[in-house]
Amino acid sequence: MADDALTHIKQTYFAECEEQLAELESGLIAIADGDRDPETINAVFRAVHSIKGGAGAFHFDDLVRFSHVFETALDNLRSGRIEASPALTKVMLRAADTIADLVTATREGGAIEPSSYQSVLDELAALDANGGEAEEADEFADLGFEPIVVSFDDADMDAADGAVTADGRNLFTIVFKPLRSMYRNANEAGLLLRALGQIGDAEIICDDAELPVLQDLDPEESYLRWRIRLTTEDSEDAIRHVFEFVEDDCDLQIWPGHCDEPPAAVDPLAFLTSADDLPAIAQDGALANAEAQDRAVKIAPPIVHAAAPTIRVEIDRVDRLVDLIGELVINQAMLAQRFVELGVERGSPVALSLDEHDRLTRGIQNSVMAIRAQPVKSVFQRMSRVVREVAAMTGKSVRLDMEGENTEVDKTVIEHLTDPLTHMLRNAIDHGIESPEKRLAVGKRAEGSVRLSATHRSGRIIIEIADDGAGIDRGRVREMAVDKGLIAHDALLSDEEIDELIFHPGFSTAKEVSNLSGRGVGMDVVRKSIQALGGRIGIASRPGHGSIFTLSLPLTLAVLDGMIVKVAGETLVLPLASIVETLQPKADSLRGFGVEDKLILARGAVTPLIDVGLRLGYRAVHADPLGCVVILVESERGGRCALLVDAILEQRQIVIKSLEKNYGLIPGIAAATILGDGRVALIVDVDAVIAGHAGPHQSVQRIQPLQVSA
Amino acid sequence: MSNVTNLKTAEPWKVIAFRIGAQEFCSDIMSVHEIRGWSPATPLPHSPDFVYGVINLRGVVLPIIDLSARFGFGATVPTAQHVIIVAQARKRTFGLLVDAVTDIVTVNDDLIQPTPNVTSELGHHLLRGVLVLEGRMISVVALDEIAPEDEREVA
Repeated sequence: MADDALTHIKQTYFAECEEQLAELESGLIAIADGDRDPETINAVFRAVHSIKGGAGAFHFDDLVRFSHVFETALDNLRSGRIEASPALTKVMLRAADTIADLVTATREGGAIEPSSYQSVLDELAALDANGGEAEEADEFADLGFEPIVVSFDDADMDAADGAVTADGRNLFTIVFKPLRSMYRNANEAGLLLRALGQIGDAEIICDDAELPVLQDLDPEESYLRWRIRLTTEDSEDAIRHVFEFVEDDCDLQIWPGHCDEPPAAVDPLAFLTSADDLPAIAQDGALANAEAQDRAVKIAPPIVHAAAPTIRVEIDRVDRLVDLIGELVINQAMLAQRFVELGVERGSPVALSLDEHDRLTRGIQNSVMAIRAQPVKSVFQRMSRVVREVAAMTGKSVRLDMEGENTEVDKTVIEHLTDPLTHMLRNAIDHGIESPEKRLAVGKRAEGSVRLSATHRSGRIIIEIADDGAGIDRGRVREMAVDKGLIAHDALLSDEEIDELIFHPGFSTAKEVSNLSGRGVGMDVVRKSIQALGGRIGIASRPGHGSIFTLSLPLTLAVLDGMIVKVAGETLVLPLASIVETLQPKADSLRGFGVEDKLILARGAVTPLIDVGLRLGYRAVHADPLGCVVILVESERGGRCALLVDAILEQRQIVIKSLEKNYGLIPGIAAATILGDGRVALIVDVDAVIAGHAGPHQSVQRIQPLQVSA
Repeated sequence: MSNVTNLKTAEPWKVIAFRIGAQEFCSDIMSVHEIRGWSPATPLPHSPDFVYGVINLRGVVLPIIDLSARFGFGATVPTAQHVIIVAQARKRTFGLLVDAVTDIVTVNDDLIQPTPNVTSELGHHLLRGVLVLEGRMISVVALDEIAPEDEREVA
C-alpha cells in the first residue's frame, strides 16, 4: 500500500478514535451517574473495541494491549459479572484517560512508558479478580491473545506428519467458525480469509452444513464455518495475528500439517480438497458448539443504533465554501447598492428579484455556517478529565455537571475554547472549591460541585462556569491589589470592581503556589483569549456560595452584526453586541472636564465621551458633540462609555476579513470588512478604544493602572 | 528571500520596471501577482505615513504601500493614472503605489551593481542593487524590506 494512502487511513483512524474516546468518556460518566441502560454500557464497550480493532490493524501494540484489558473488564461489566460501583467507574475513567493518552502518544509517533499506567492495568485486572471467573483472570494475567479455544500447537507435530513442505514452508490447517457476536462487532469473515491468503497459499473451503432452510434462518445468526489449508513461510503466530481481534468472537482451531483432523482429534471433520467443490458438507457441526453458545451468552450482542448518516469532509473545503459565501454576501450588497444608484424602484420586478436573491444568499450563508457549527460537547467532555485530575491533585472531591452540551457554535470558536475553559475550571477547583473538611464544617456537602453550561442567547453563545465554593475572598483580593500597588490603599471599590481585579495579569489569590497555579497563567490570559474571539467574560461571586464566570462569545468568527457609522469622512463598523443605545447629545448634558476631556450625562450617569475620530487619529481636535451621534457602549469591565461618531449609516451583517494576514495588528481596530460599495471598512475594537482613553470617569480611572501595565 | 537567490543565479531573469517621479525601480517579476489601476483606499489609523491604506482585492484586504513616501520622496497624491503593483513577500500580499509601470526587462546578474555607498535608508536596505541598462539606471527594490511588518515580530 502506498505510504500516503496508509497515512490517510491512519488519520481517519485517529479521527475516529477522538469520537470513540468522547463516546467512551460520556458513557462512563453516565454510568458513574447511575445510568444502568445496557445500551450505555454497550456503547462504551464498542468504543474501546473499535479503538483496539484499529490499533491492531496498525500494530500499535501498547494500545492494543491496554484496550484489550479494558475491553475485557467492560465485557464483565456488560455481562453483569461485576457491579458498576463508584470505585469501578473511577478506575474505568482513569483507564479512559490512559487510553486517550495512549492514542495521543501513538498519533504523535511516541509511546508512553508502560510502567506509568501499570497501576491502572492492575486495577482493571483486580476488578475482575474480585468478581469474575478464574479463567478470565488468567486471561488478564498474561495480557496476551491466546485463543480461548484449545490450542494444538504441539511442537512435536511439526516433524510428525509433514507439517513442513519440501521447500521449507509450513503447512497449517485452520478451522474457523465465526460466532454471531463477530458479525455484531462489524468484523467480516471474508476480510480475514483474504488476510490469510496474503500470508501464504490458502485453500479455503466453506462448510455450510449448519445452514438451515430459509424459513428457519435467523439473519443475524452465524452458520458458516471455514476450513483453510495454508502453506506459508510464516509461523502459527502470524495466523493467530490475523484472528487477533475476533478471537473472542469465533471458534478457531489451528494445527500444523494438512491432515484432516486436529492432532488430538475431538471429532472427525469432513472437508473437500478444493475450493471449487463448494459447498462442502461437514459431517460434524457440533464441534465446540456448546462452548460457542456458552460464550455467546456471556457476550450480550450490542444493539445497533440508527444514527443520521454523516459524511466526513475536509475542513479546508468547508472553509473555502465559507469564504466564498462571504464573497457572495458582499457581492450581493454591492449589487443592491448599484440598483439603488441606477434608480430602480423598490417595488419593481427587478428589485423584487433582487430581494429574492438576497433571501437565497442568506439562506445559503446560514446553511454553510451550520456545516461548520459543532456542539460544544467536544470541548466540554475534555473538561471532565480536567476536573478529575485537578480534584485528585488538590485532594478535593468535585463533581462536574454539564448542561447544553449540544449547543452549537462555529468550529473556529470551539477550537479556541479549550484553553480558557481549562484554566477557569482549574481556578474554580483550585481556588474556589474548599477542602472536604472545610465544606463539611460550613454545612455543605463534602463533594463540591462545578456546573458547566452553554446556551444560545441573542446571537451569542453564553458559557457559564459555576462553582459552589467559597466565592471570591474580596478582603484578600483587595489586600493583595494594594500590596502589589495596583490600587491605592484608600481606594473606594465596589464589590464588582474588586472581583474585576482577578483579571489583572499575574494576580493570584491562592495562599501558596500550588501545582496548578503559579505557572504564570491566570485569569488575565483567559480574558485576553476570550477577547481575541470577540467575546466577553464576567464574574459574579457570593462569598460562601460560590462564583459564576460567564463567557459570552460570538457564534462565529466569520460574520458579525455591525452598526455602520461615519467618522471624519471614514466608514467604520461598531459591533452591535457591544452597543447599549444611541442618542442625540443635547447641549445641557455635555460637560467639559480638564483640558480636553468631555463628559456626557446619559441615563442619569456621568459617562466619559470619547471621540472615535480623535482616538483613531482621523482628526486632531475633538469634534463638536452637537450635530454628532453618541453611541453608548458597554466595555468588558461592565463600565459604560459614550462613543462620539458623526453619523449612523445602517445596521447590517458584515463578513469579517483579517487585517493581520497582510498587514498586522492595529490598536483600536479589530478587523476589516468589505461594504456594499466594494471598499474596505474597519471594525472598531470598542474595548481597545475605551481602554486607550484615560477617562475621568471614576471606575475607569481606578481600573486604569491595570490597563497600562497590561 | 527570492530576490537574493535570483541575484546569485547565472540564468537571466525578468523584472518589472516602474517609475516613481523621475527615478526608475524594478522588482523580480516572480514576486508580482498583478498590476491594477488605482482605486480609493481606506486609511489605517496609527499607521506609518507610507502605508496609504487598504483596498479590497477580490475579497482580500490589501494594504497599499506608497513607495514614494517609503523612499522618502514625499507622499503621493494618487490620480487615476497611478498604478498598484500587487506583490508578495514574506508571506504577505500587498500593493505598491507607483507612478507608472515602464516595461519588463530581462536581466542577468552581471548587469547588477551593488548599491552605491550612500547614507540614506534607501541605499542601506530598501534596495538590493542597481541595474545599469542602455543608459538607464534602475534600482532593484528589496521587497522583503518593503512588506508590512508584523508588530509582534518586531516586539
